[in-house]
Amino acid sequence: MKASKTVVILNELGLHARPAAKLAKLAQSYKARIYLKKAGRTVEAASILDVLSLACAKGAEVEILAEGQEAQEAVEAIASLLQNKDNL
Amino acid sequence: MKRLKGIGVSPGVAIGPAYVLLAGRLKIARRFIRPQDVDDEMARFHRALELTARELKEVKLHIPEGMPQALSIIDAHLLMLRDPVLLRETEKLIRNRLVNTEWALIQIFEHYKRLFASFEDPYLRERIHDLEQLIDRLIMALQGEDSYVAPSEPAIIVARDLSPADTARLQASTTKAFVTELGSRTSHTAIVARSLGFPAVVAVEGILSQVNPGDLLAVDGFSGEVVINPPSEIIEEFLDRRRRYHVRKALLYNKAKRPAVTKDGRRIAIRANLELVDEIPLVLEHGAEGVGLYRTEYLYVTRDTLPTEEELLLAYRQVVEGLRPYPVTIRTLDLGGDKFADHFEGPEEINPALGLRAIRLCLKNLDIFRVQLRAILRASAFGKVRIMFPLISGLGELLEAKQILGQVQEELTREGLPFDENIQLGVMIEVPSAAAIADLLAKEVDFFSIGTNDLIQYALAIDRGNKDVAHLYDPLHPGILRIIKQVVSAGHEAGIEVFMCGEMAGEIYYVPLLIGLGLNELSMNAQTIPEVKALIRELYYRECQVLAQEALGLATPEEIELLLREWLEHLDLELSVRQLWN
Repeated sequence: MKASKTVVILNELGLHARPAAKLAKLAQSYKARIYLKKAGRTVEAASILDVLSLACAKGAEVEILAEGQEAQEAVEAIASLLQNKDNL
Repeated sequence: MKRLKGIGVSPGVAIGPAYVLLAGRLKIARRFIRPQDVDDEMARFHRALELTARELKEVKLHIPEGMPQALSIIDAHLLMLRDPVLLRETEKLIRNRLVNTEWALIQIFEHYKRLFASFEDPYLRERIHDLEQLIDRLIMALQGEDSYVAPSEPAIIVARDLSPADTARLQASTTKAFVTELGSRTSHTAIVARSLGFPAVVAVEGILSQVNPGDLLAVDGFSGEVVINPPSEIIEEFLDRRRRYHVRKALLYNKAKRPAVTKDGRRIAIRANLELVDEIPLVLEHGAEGVGLYRTEYLYVTRDTLPTEEELLLAYRQVVEGLRPYPVTIRTLDLGGDKFADHFEGPEEINPALGLRAIRLCLKNLDIFRVQLRAILRASAFGKVRIMFPLISGLGELLEAKQILGQVQEELTREGLPFDENIQLGVMIEVPSAAAIADLLAKEVDFFSIGTNDLIQYALAIDRGNKDVAHLYDPLHPGILRIIKQVVSAGHEAGIEVFMCGEMAGEIYYVPLLIGLGLNELSMNAQTIPEVKALIRELYYRECQVLAQEALGLATPEEIELLLREWLEHLDLELSVRQLWN
């Protein structure tokens, strides 16, 4: 099973250290393999180092890709985390 | 012998053997393993991961309360330790290239180092240090050395940088001083050293490549000097410095808590500049009567999201309660310009010092401003708080900021949240136009605080960061003295007090002049306070006024400086100032 969705980062300070940590933790909780793609580069969402290395600022467009069990749910959960303006 | 120089961030003198910490990474060689040993190497890697995770969890328990920053660094380390890419790529290198784990880890580190170096955002770029510290730790674990073994004999700890995990494990009984290759006044190493009372020198370039474990070191945490394998005459000199330092420290500290009153009875309030909650004990120990400048930027720049009202309140409340009954002067957000404009929206500025910063930034981002004002006001229910606005340049700006403050006060009243309704409000005088209209501003506030760093930069049109003109930056420029004089007069005529914060206030040579100019309060780095108070107790206000009058009559900074030096030397102080440091 595969799923994907493109979102725009709304958080004022972008995908900084703490949101990257939250995202990696969330991604690790799914069985599906989850990737983030930005400007042609694809990284694993479960890796805090790789997520940080995307250096996503506010307004950046990021594609979430997932394959495997619960791919759709995983994509939705990551998308809502990325689009949460305040609690990211 | 080799002499190196860094930044002295915690005063004191130490002589002792070097204990080189976390140097592992620097001495890693690539070693090939046999294909049949791959599984063993893999097991070795996983043992190191487990050991490191255990150590970090243990360290977490040792972190004192009130150091949330330290805790979040350890959490970041723990999360990276489980990073699937880090694990997989390291294993791949071991298996496919048949190399030792240490070397594989270094390759991974170099990969991320290159990636992170290209980031525009300085805070994101700094995260590489988290990974670096973690890799260091893993390598120590791999080499069978417990990375936290403190030296068995008292020694000077030499490291690239000290993480909270390191300092939590070092024992005071076997630590003489810290010397690090990285760091600044506000880095973790400096804060810990000051709170524990060790001498520390940071930002010593090349120390790790020049020092060997066991080398004798002489360290001066005030001047920033570090001497490797000093000959006996240098050792004598440092021992002498240390003796004088202790004698003087004891003398000064015994009296530090007494007020600073001149011989003819003028009392000058001596307060500290403070940035971190961790600095409260240091501030109190040095005899500060509260805080004259609480810089509030830290919570905004060291993290990824804007701080909430509750988070700000928690920090402000800790400071306010910690210093009660003394006042804490909270400066509203002074971001922008040279600092962190890129965290906020807006085009890149060609001239950030003259751009959208401080009160201007706050008035343009009212949500951020209101949240901070609410937190400051709510903190005022727990002790004595004064608010000051930075970078006010005209009356309109001040009235606008006051209006917002009034609205926020009404809001709190409606919500039934307590705050000090008589809270004092002041402006910082940093812009020459504000100094020129000080009489108009004085009618609207309860105090002025002259922020000399920016005032001098703007008044003399000097960018201190530009080495071609930095030598022209001179606090003793007659123009600066006249501005100070004018601001003090305008304030006093309107019946309000005039304070000074900024480096000029803590420079011992300037103190008699500043008192003579009529300043009511000086705010400075805590370490300087005992010395400044001791000096003030030797002065006569009347004589200082004559000195100020004389200085105002001179035409050049050089003449003024000479006057001040001679004047101070003629005082023939019992505790001759600076004697210790020369």
